[in-house]
Amino acid sequence: MAAILEVNHLSIAFGGLHAVDEFSIAIEKGELYGLIGPNGAGKTTVFNLLTGVYKPNEGIIRLDGKDITGRKTRDINKEGIARTFQNIRLFHQLSVLDNVKVGLHNHYSYLTLEGILHLGRYRRTEKRMDDEAMDLLRVFDLDQEALVTAANLPYGKQRKLEIARALATRPKLLLLDEPAAGMNPNETAELMDTIRFVRNKFDITILLIEHDMKLVSGICERLTVLNFGRILAQGETSQVLHDPEVIKAYLGE
Amino acid sequence: MKNKKLMGNLITYGLVIVAYAIVAYLLHAGRLTSLVKGLLVPICVYVILAVSLNLVVGISGELSLGHAGFMCVGAFSGAFFSKCLQDTLSFAPLRLALAIAVGAVVAAVFGLLIGIPVLRLKGDYLAIVTLAFGEIIKNVMNIFYIGLDSNGFHFSVKDQFSMGMEPGGEILVSGPMGITGTPKDASFLAGIILILITLFVVLHLIDSRDGRAIMAIRDNRIAADSIGLNITHYKLMAFTVSAALTGAAGSLYAHNLATLQAKKFDYNFSILALVFVVLGGIGNIRGSVIAAVVLTVLPELLRGMANYRMLIYSIILILMMLFNWAPRFLEWRERHLGRLFRKNRKEE
Ligand SMILES: Nc1ncnc2c1ncn2[C@@H]1O[C@H](COP(=O)(O)OP(=O)(O)OP(=O)(O)O)[C@@H](O)[C@H]1O
Ligand SMILES: [Mg+2]
Repeated sequence: MAAILEVNHLSIAFGGLHAVDEFSIAIEKGELYGLIGPNGAGKTTVFNLLTGVYKPNEGIIRLDGKDITGRKTRDINKEGIARTFQNIRLFHQLSVLDNVKVGLHNHYSYLTLEGILHLGRYRRTEKRMDDEAMDLLRVFDLDQEALVTAANLPYGKQRKLEIARALATRPKLLLLDEPAAGMNPNETAELMDTIRFVRNKFDITILLIEHDMKLVSGICERLTVLNFGRILAQGETSQVLHDPEVIKAYLGE
Repeated sequence: MKNKKLMGNLITYGLVIVAYAIVAYLLHAGRLTSLVKGLLVPICVYVILAVSLNLVVGISGELSLGHAGFMCVGAFSGAFFSKCLQDTLSFAPLRLALAIAVGAVVAAVFGLLIGIPVLRLKGDYLAIVTLAFGEIIKNVMNIFYIGLDSNGFHFSVKDQFSMGMEPGGEILVSGPMGITGTPKDASFLAGIILILITLFVVLHLIDSRDGRAIMAIRDNRIAADSIGLNITHYKLMAFTVSAALTGAAGSLYAHNLATLQAKKFDYNFSILALVFVVLGGIGNIRGSVIAAVVLTVLPELLRGMANYRMLIYSIILILMMLFNWAPRFLEWRERHLGRLFRKNRKEE
């Protein structure tokens, strides 16, 4: 099988703190992969490294065989990695629909002048963007709220909107940072279904960070456990979750 | 929402056209004092300035205190153009239109050149650096001498004699004395047309793919980066378009004055524009139009009561601030005034 994401010996230190140390992972196309670990283990930092927010001190990142180490965040998105954030980052003054349409930005185009004059190509393109955005919103059951200002959405829906916006960039690999944080058990269960559905429908690979063990064991095929920036365990979900080292790290918190 | 947005835009255009109709009627009926007549073009200039500054401050979310500088280059380049063409091109409206275009293009070039280095900065730093650039432009303009004789153009940054002109040559730009004798081509109608063009450009830009990107970057830079937006490109676009519109306003302004001097465009001018934007509501284009009109007309109307003038002016400023920013007032507006004054921006 071809690995969509292949990371070797990725490391970054902040001052003396080795936030991520010798991190390696290989994720296959279409996989639903989990990244877990106690607070401060370095999970979000891994996402920031993968998306070029931080430049690694060492290591190499390959997406679909292509070296993307050290590239700009924006270019990495164009190569096919999209993400959500642990602390939600929506375009809060824009409507729900516009949040997704901004995600579609690089897949449609017309000239600035056509935009200002609202010429034919503007109308046609905007219409097609509306259609694609609405399709995405429907997946997340947000179509009724399309015209609501993003800031006014309830918390759970804001998290979903962030996923919809990330998907709008048509990624190969989707990174979800604690997508179920702050959701109740019902919402979490629903979200699990949606994540699975998204993976199948859009034919993408998903790497997710999660604290909710039920969600992790429910949908992730494989896991990597981080502790103090280092890999503690890696492999099949059931196997990893029964690893005594992992249990100790979690109980020892 | 598409329709609501369209309605909102139409109300804004309508307001401008109605205002024009009323003033035109009063003018025709001879009911306006010469004081008010003299204010008509400046009001249009300030409205355009406020709207275009709001594109940077409200829509793009960056604080610029250098817009007086863009106005300055627009005014000087426009006036210079008209002076050169005064004899060749005698049809005033066309000459004015071209001069405005020249002012816009020159200011856009300055906007781009200044924007490239300074838009890397954020917040207060950006404000300070734009302020400095505005002052630099003013001071450079202040020492320029340009003359024309049979040998062509002559330049100097010292005084008019060091240009080495022939005795019969004409001095076009004269340092601190600025430009005199620009044809007075500006009219209230031209001002209104330019306002409508400005509103059209800004409102439509907001409602396009580029405008969405500009606002997304304002709302969350990190998220915008993560979905592949070119942040510098869109910051620069908002800044340059704003500079161009401001330059156009500057050119119009120059064609309304007998003498144009650079020292007019100091930082107070930029601050005044910012006052219009803040009191009209940041990101609220229609608010900028209204604030610019009210705050330009008011001090003049109050001239009669010299002693109380600044007092009343400040009270009005405070009231406008409350009207646009106090949560209680916003609630009240939402309930009783509905769409007419709805803010584009959501407070958090
Ligand atoms: N920019 C930074 N500068 C300095 N230290 C940082 C920076 N980013 C992260 N860290 C540190 O790196 C460590 C790992 O942080 P990270 O956010 O990756 O943890 P995490 O596994 O996502 O934790 P949580 O479950 O709480 O989200 C922490 O000690 C954190 O303080
Ligand atoms: Mg984290």
